[in-house]
Amino acid sequence: MYKEKLKKIGEDEYELPKEGKMLVPGRIFISGKMIAEEDALKQVANVAHLPGILKYSIGLADMHVGYGFPIGGVAAFDLDKGVISPGGVGYDINCSVRLLKTNLKKEDAIKKQKEIVNGLYEKIPSGVGRGSRFNITRQELNKLLEGGAKYIVEKGMGTKEDYLHTEEEGQMKKADASKVSERAVKRGIGQLGTLGAGNHFLEVQYVDEIFDEKIAKELGIKKNQITIMIHCGSRGLGHQVASDYIQLMEKKYGFKNLPDRELINAPIKSELGKDYYSAMCAAANFAFANKQLITHWIREEMKKLFPSVKIDVVYDVCHNIAKFEEHIVNGKKKIVCVHRKGATRCFGKGRKEIPESYRKIGQPVIIPGSMGTASYLLIGTKKAEEMTFGSTVHGAGRVSSRSYALKNLSGEEVKKELNKKGIEVQAGSWSSLAEEAPEVYNDIDEVVRVVDELGISKRVARLKPLAVVKG
Amino acid sequence: MKFKFLSHTADVKFQAFGKNAEEAFENSALALKEAICGKMKIKSNVKKTIKAEGRDFESLLYNFLEKIIYLADAENFLIAEVKEIKIKKFELKAVITGDKASNCKFTNKVKAVTYNEMFAVKKGNKWIIQCVLDV
Repeated sequence: MYKEKLKKIGEDEYELPKEGKMLVPGRIFISGKMIAEEDALKQVANVAHLPGILKYSIGLADMHVGYGFPIGGVAAFDLDKGVISPGGVGYDINCSVRLLKTNLKKEDAIKKQKEIVNGLYEKIPSGVGRGSRFNITRQELNKLLEGGAKYIVEKGMGTKEDYLHTEEEGQMKKADASKVSERAVKRGIGQLGTLGAGNHFLEVQYVDEIFDEKIAKELGIKKNQITIMIHCGSRGLGHQVASDYIQLMEKKYGFKNLPDRELINAPIKSELGKDYYSAMCAAANFAFANKQLITHWIREEMKKLFPSVKIDVVYDVCHNIAKFEEHIVNGKKKIVCVHRKGATRCFGKGRKEIPESYRKIGQPVIIPGSMGTASYLLIGTKKAEEMTFGSTVHGAGRVSSRSYALKNLSGEEVKKELNKKGIEVQAGSWSSLAEEAPEVYNDIDEVVRVVDELGISKRVARLKPLAVVKG
Repeated sequence: MKFKFLSHTADVKFQAFGKNAEEAFENSALALKEAICGKMKIKSNVKKTIKAEGRDFESLLYNFLEKIIYLADAENFLIAEVKEIKIKKFELKAVITGDKASNCKFTNKVKAVTYNEMFAVKKGNKWIIQCVLDV
């Protein structure tokens, strides 16, 4: 039992000691109140087997079992000895969250709550069956895969501030569209500007509480203000990129020495490792472009309901990604390859990766709650750079399976409960509501309390939903 | 029983059964169909032939199911039934029927097939397949 091996080394901090072929120990940041899943701990240990892993294999407070890496897992690798693993990024490459702020107040939105939810549901398609409203040629798609959110803005759908307020400025510069297969392109081309299903959503929220007035002011966030959150990823294109490179790496390197077949990887400096990274960047750009398009449509739709509405991007964070970043390892600054799978970057002030307008306060961190519960806006810290390679949680984290939800909850009931709380909801199906019911997730308030107390990101504001759109 | 869904925290896990590899693979495709669009009835309007290969039964299964996901996303085709299926060594050929995905009101939540906890084995005189789908 991995759970019994955990050694408490601080408040909400545990070590999973090195054993067997583990190259480093595991480090779990979790509240004593939460139960770390046995299988997720095993996955933290498995990740510690990978060549070139630095310091420790990390599990964050929202962690749960994934495939290969746990969800809520972080690992950094040495550039010379280390590997890059599609399973460490996930199938939904750059599954990510964008937060928009508006000049509307809670009372404005409440007056038109139904129109808002119906309008946004009609305007933003979820995917198959309700395909993309955006037609693009194969040639233009290549430009989009290399240009990301910037490409969409240059087409007249958005402002420069939109992509400047996005991780990587909405464009991973190493993207190479030629490394993305035709199959991946065919899966993605009809899905641009769609939300997708599962845990992806679009939410209209109000600012319920401010924890840090000074930073909230810098971010342009006030109590009772309306914000809008978009959670989606790289759709079928990203899924296929992951699948393609898992197959290619398996063919080239085999999986005999791996504790789990999903941990297949390639040396960072190998041709295949570099190709995967270039394709991953292209898929990440697809996700950035996707949210930029959705932002544009939200503006159009909200303008119909509120002619003088103004909508700006607060920030946009990646959840499933590998990046090359400078960190201090054994007292020395070095560039490492950080895998974040279901984890959010949370750099402290001063880092060059943070947009200039926020550099003196730190990187905004957006943590969505489960449907119907609060979401949080936080700010990154220097402490996170020391403890977690600048990473924090990405959400509440699931505790119950979808099959449990489908057996025990009905979509109709879930909707009724949300309505009772004053939340309007529109979803593609009843089952998607049941599967994503608030009770199948951890308590987001507790998850956020843990990261705030650990100091790996600090609370700025709590956002509560008024309208939810799901695929 | 053709297949059953098992508990998995975040994803969809199923087991499929058959008296031979062909039947177990066919039932895996039906489990995938249910994961994609629930118990919705899909018409058999269109016929398609799919081919897959692998290095072992697991990778053959991975590639077979991935093709079905691909058809839903890229070719607007949703599987209804497997009409014929042949497996020789690690090569598979199947004739499947289905309908235009745009005729059906659903959103495909299945992102990918994974190797996580996957097996495709013969136990006694029965075949058992286990697979976790990323959703």
